[in-house]
Amino acid sequence: MNAIHALGVKTISRFAAAGRAALMLFGALFAIPRMKNVYLTVKQIYVVGVQSLLIILVSGLFIGMVMALQGYTILVDYGAEASLGPMVALSLLRELGPVVTALLFAGRAGSALTAEIGLMKATEQLSSLEMMAVDPLRRVVAPRFWAGLISMPMLALLFSAIGILGGHLVGVDWLGVDSGSYWSIMQSTVDFDKDVINGVIKSLVFAIVVTWIAIFKGYDCIPTSEGISKATTETVVFSSLAVLGLDFVLTALMFGIE
Amino acid sequence: MDNLVEIDNITFSRADRVIYDGITINVPKGKITAVMGPSGIGKTTLLRLIGGQLLPDKGDIRFDNNSIVKMSRGQLYETRRRMSMLFQSGALFTDMSVFDNVAFPLREHTKLNEDLIATIVALKLQAVGLRGAASLMPSELSGGMARRAALARAIALDPDLIMFDEPFAGQDPISMGVLVKLIRELNDALNLTSVVVTHDVTEVLTIADYIYILADKRVIGEGTAQQIRESDSELVQQFLKGKADGPVPFHYPAQKLEDAMFGAIS
Repeated sequence: MNAIHALGVKTISRFAAAGRAALMLFGALFAIPRMKNVYLTVKQIYVVGVQSLLIILVSGLFIGMVMALQGYTILVDYGAEASLGPMVALSLLRELGPVVTALLFAGRAGSALTAEIGLMKATEQLSSLEMMAVDPLRRVVAPRFWAGLISMPMLALLFSAIGILGGHLVGVDWLGVDSGSYWSIMQSTVDFDKDVINGVIKSLVFAIVVTWIAIFKGYDCIPTSEGISKATTETVVFSSLAVLGLDFVLTALMFGIE
Repeated sequence: MDNLVEIDNITFSRADRVIYDGITINVPKGKITAVMGPSGIGKTTLLRLIGGQLLPDKGDIRFDNNSIVKMSRGQLYETRRRMSMLFQSGALFTDMSVFDNVAFPLREHTKLNEDLIATIVALKLQAVGLRGAASLMPSELSGGMARRAALARAIALDPDLIMFDEPFAGQDPISMGVLVKLIRELNDALNLTSVVVTHDVTEVLTIADYIYILADKRVIGEGTAQQIRESDSELVQQFLKGKADGPVPFHYPAQKLEDAMFGAIS
């Protein structure tokens, strides 16, 4: 009987949390934008976007290099090493770019967002904003949400771009694939709408999910050191799982049904 | 007398725990009203109720004769511009300098140009003695200075009401003296109305015009400092003198020690 009771309590609290998350998102999305908020958003784009550049670029470079190495050793057996270009480009644009960027973003920027907002709650800064008649959703949450939404697709594109260059470095410069075929077959195989745009759409969906989770976990955390640490962990775990799960759904919708 | 805030017979509970059971508190205009009581009695909760961050289960809270409880979100935000709150931690924004912290409410709520804002901020910081610290970051301030900087921010918009949450907690005697003096002087000079929530008896008795003592979910004593000192309520006397045992028991409710220790043997 107690187990059923506990299950009920847990279910209700989960749904209540989902409701609070939705309310928070709407509060942030429909806050009337003002000039000042544009400035705050730009500042946050610098914090979550520009400061994530290094980790994104380095990871992208190495993933492109590894893919070229692995791809070459398989393709060369069939004499198909000329297809290395499209292989690297398609994997990056369709899958690895959006997914790995989202995972790295969750670890680098998402956890920082949760911890920052959680600490603002713990040190009464959010309460203090409310008492100063400044809506924390508009002032703190909305700029961070928009910044995440704008930054992540751009980061994903940069990730793919540098990955393709990394593939070129290994495949063409080191392993001797013909540079002309690397680029030209890539150009004729990769479809802008189907591959590039779909990748950006994926990335946009991941951006919404990861930033939303990060901000909500911070805003809704228990304002103690233990609560913030738990919230930060949950941000990384939940957003990673959500990204991987959603990626399958999106891939099935975009590429599965011809 | 005119009251700025009237708390009218409110009941408030959090989860299953009743915090207030029918308390009535009036805050007269232009005076310093103190609310005292043991730790954990929910004194901060009272300030959050006045600020409309929490809603009572029953009863009414009025600010300048308008019910906070019945206000829409927009009206509530409008009303909050007339009140400010000094949090226990100061709650300064850690990513801004002291100057920007004090300028924050001015930049948010007024259309004043930067020159005028700089003048107002300098005057407010002068009032709390921190004009020289304007460029410091909150992490570079001592606890007492952080609270004074927060006080400057709280008075930046010249509010009608200012609420102090434990302003003296954890302060050394000098900072405490400075804060006591500031609260009294600012209240009189700016024609403010102040609510001070605290458990520091001596300091409060020196500055408060009227005092409420909360315990056991209700108001157990009220009056001027003189009346409180002469109160014949045992509970009030225990609180004032800081006796370890009395109507507020030393022991958290538990089974009798004899039973707990020897119950199993006999």
